[in-house]
Amino acid sequence: MSIKVKDLVHVYGEKSPYETPALDKVSFEIADGEFIGLIGHTGSGKSTLVQHLNGLLKPKSGQVFIGDAEISAKGAKLTDIRRKIGLLFQYPEYQLFEETVYKDIAFGPANLGLSKDDTDDRVRESMSTVGLDFDTFAQRSPFELSGGQKRKAVIAGVIAMRPEVLILDEPTAGLDPKSQRDMLDMLLNIKESRRVTVILISHNMDDVVRIADRIIVLEKGRVALDGPPAEVFAHEEFLTSIGLGLPLAAEFMRELRIRGVDIEGGALTADEAEESLSRYLKAKENVR
Amino acid sequence: MTIIKIEDLVFEYRRDDESPPVKAIGGVNIDIEEGSFTAVIGRNGSGKSTLAKNINALLLPSGGAVYVDGFRTSDEGALWEVRRRAGMVFQNPDNQIVSAIIEDDVAFGPENIGVESDEIRRRVTDALRSVDMYEERKKSPHMLSGGQKQRVAIAGVIAMRPKCIIFDEPTAMLDPGGRREVMDILLRLHRDGITIVLITHFMDEAVKADRIVIMDEGEVVLDGSPAEIFSRPDRIRALHLDVPLAVDLCDRLRRRGYDVPPGIVGIEEMVAYLCR
Amino acid sequence: MIRDITIGQYYPGETWVHRLDPRLKITVTLIFIVALFFVRDFLGYVIAIAALGGVIAISRVPLGFILRGLKAIFIIIVFTFALNMFLTAGTPLIKIGFFTVTREGLYGAVFMALRLVLLIIGSSLLTLTTKPIKLTDGIESLLGPLRVIGVPAHELAMMMTIALRFIPTLLEETDKIMKAQMARGADFESGSILRRAKNLIPILVPLFISAFRIAQDLAMAMEARCYRGGEGRTKLHVLKFESRDAAATLLTALFVLLILFERVYSDEIRAFLAL
Repeated sequence: MSIKVKDLVHVYGEKSPYETPALDKVSFEIADGEFIGLIGHTGSGKSTLVQHLNGLLKPKSGQVFIGDAEISAKGAKLTDIRRKIGLLFQYPEYQLFEETVYKDIAFGPANLGLSKDDTDDRVRESMSTVGLDFDTFAQRSPFELSGGQKRKAVIAGVIAMRPEVLILDEPTAGLDPKSQRDMLDMLLNIKESRRVTVILISHNMDDVVRIADRIIVLEKGRVALDGPPAEVFAHEEFLTSIGLGLPLAAEFMRELRIRGVDIEGGALTADEAEESLSRYLKAKENVR
Repeated sequence: MTIIKIEDLVFEYRRDDESPPVKAIGGVNIDIEEGSFTAVIGRNGSGKSTLAKNINALLLPSGGAVYVDGFRTSDEGALWEVRRRAGMVFQNPDNQIVSAIIEDDVAFGPENIGVESDEIRRRVTDALRSVDMYEERKKSPHMLSGGQKQRVAIAGVIAMRPKCIIFDEPTAMLDPGGRREVMDILLRLHRDGITIVLITHFMDEAVKADRIVIMDEGEVVLDGSPAEIFSRPDRIRALHLDVPLAVDLCDRLRRRGYDVPPGIVGIEEMVAYLCR
Repeated sequence: MIRDITIGQYYPGETWVHRLDPRLKITVTLIFIVALFFVRDFLGYVIAIAALGGVIAISRVPLGFILRGLKAIFIIIVFTFALNMFLTAGTPLIKIGFFTVTREGLYGAVFMALRLVLLIIGSSLLTLTTKPIKLTDGIESLLGPLRVIGVPAHELAMMMTIALRFIPTLLEETDKIMKAQMARGADFESGSILRRAKNLIPILVPLFISAFRIAQDLAMAMEARCYRGGEGRTKLHVLKFESRDAAATLLTALFVLLILFERVYSDEIRAFLAL
């Protein structure tokens, strides 16, 4: 499903001594099936922006279109929009509340008014998508699960709504490296197996590089950069200056150059860095 | 001189009264030198956080003993001596700030140990300056970024003038900018002579330490300098941990047939190798 | 949503009123409230309004900001007003249906409503010009002597401190949980009362869990920083009685004298003014 945001403005605490502008004329379009990485430091407006995409927040001015429907319009049917847009907040474990994992995942489908059988299908399907074994976990209390498993259960709950757009706010934050890798593999799996538009908010540039086709950088409530990863991460100085990092490999190659190693730029992943280093070493051997 | 001495430490807990005890730490021996910087890594549930909480007597050993600057943590009379010497910074920046005003929060520790109010004022000022948060001293914590909140938490610990600080995954919930801020301050404290113990998931943070201790299933499985630890990347990966990028790249280059010398764990060694 | 609510209702400033000792401000506020009940006629209110107006002017808190605080209790004021107006016997003025508005009734209604408004403005001025944290210090210090009869002054103050610190956090948490459940199709706005109450479970369960987690984390962090109750504890802010506090005390005394004088000699004053 396509998304279009036009001149979006949002202000927190309007007309109080604590008034803060959050979004300032944000515009972009996302095509159906695109995989977007949305980055920006804490407070740059990312969370505020995505909450506009399913009508949890209302803009001060500007428009938001999901498909053909303008959800920023007065009286827009938000319940219809929300079932098409799966939104996963930061540290989502807190939203678990049911006695069993099964019931918790079924919460969304039940709100859609699905029959028992349909709900059951969806719970099974989404548990398998996130890699939680049905027989092992369905009847367990969600509070007994490990951090990584809890998060998978929450994502299953969102996927069970069969959203056409999936928005994930920091899905790997606070997990250990192994669970982070699992989570990313799962996202790649979703990307390949379903036709769904994904917006991934992340502080981890390596995650973003690994799975996003396009990156949007927010800074002080504005779109600062928008383009494919290679293009966006070419702005090394700018990204560092606004408190964002580079992918580890890019940062490493940058540090090498700063310290006087005459090596080519542009590597974003370990594989690419390996190639660059290999070319560098080969060239050096040839000179000798 | 040894400042923290962990001797045959065993820690067990029960989920509830009926269930059998679970061993979180099963016989750990670590001596930490005064002024050193030790990183403790390990996957979730490896016991590293439990270990940290045993150092400043938030948890008490089921077996063995922990000494801080000569005081035994399980010795009831020494409790406050232990805690004022070994400060602790936790993971969640929100849940460790007590007061709604920053300078009041930094004063909390010194107030608890009965420091005179003029001296508290001096310590609060010094501590806030040393984490570059003096300008923000009158603000409320919920107006700060995660990195700033962690710096306030660090200031709150510094104001107690501890000999060592245990950081329990201080950057896990921060953005890249916040992580850098916190690591810069941590390194500065280390240079000033404070003993640092850093529990972390991030290998690029761990390689900055003098010594790395890897825990798995409640035991110390590897213990040595970063160069020693990462000389066998396969072993680290088998423990479900990442290796630092420099180590990974050298490993890849070796497999391609380049003769890369051992001991490269960070950027400086890499530069030396490439420019030789 | 919830984030838009301003809590504590403190109006930042560095004026003379803001800087007064919180203990004194609490005491003066209490005195002002008691004094209002000593007022017998409108002339007394003139004194009270003048005093309050003076304090507001010095504190530089905009009048609009103060009056906004009255909105919440508007209904109570109207109710008090109506009750007094219709239910007081005396000389009839107008008749509306069953009800008769009497002269005495109207007088009483205005009188009571005015007392209520002044009472609320007076006490809200305390919170508007005093940082909650200072208020806590003040209360702890004022309650201090009551420790001998078992009032846990320090514990109460610490509870207030923590509550103040975590109210914004818990509001944000509630907001977050509500939004997360709404994103999963939960509906909090329609249905019968029973249905709506049931719909709150997906918010309350996570909120309690989250509150307990915060409490646990915070308790640990406090312990790690050597917290062991009020015993042997020192303070960063030592409350000191300064010259401005002495001045304020004198002004308060003057105010109390004026109110009492007006009450005792009101007939004479009126006779004098009628000349």
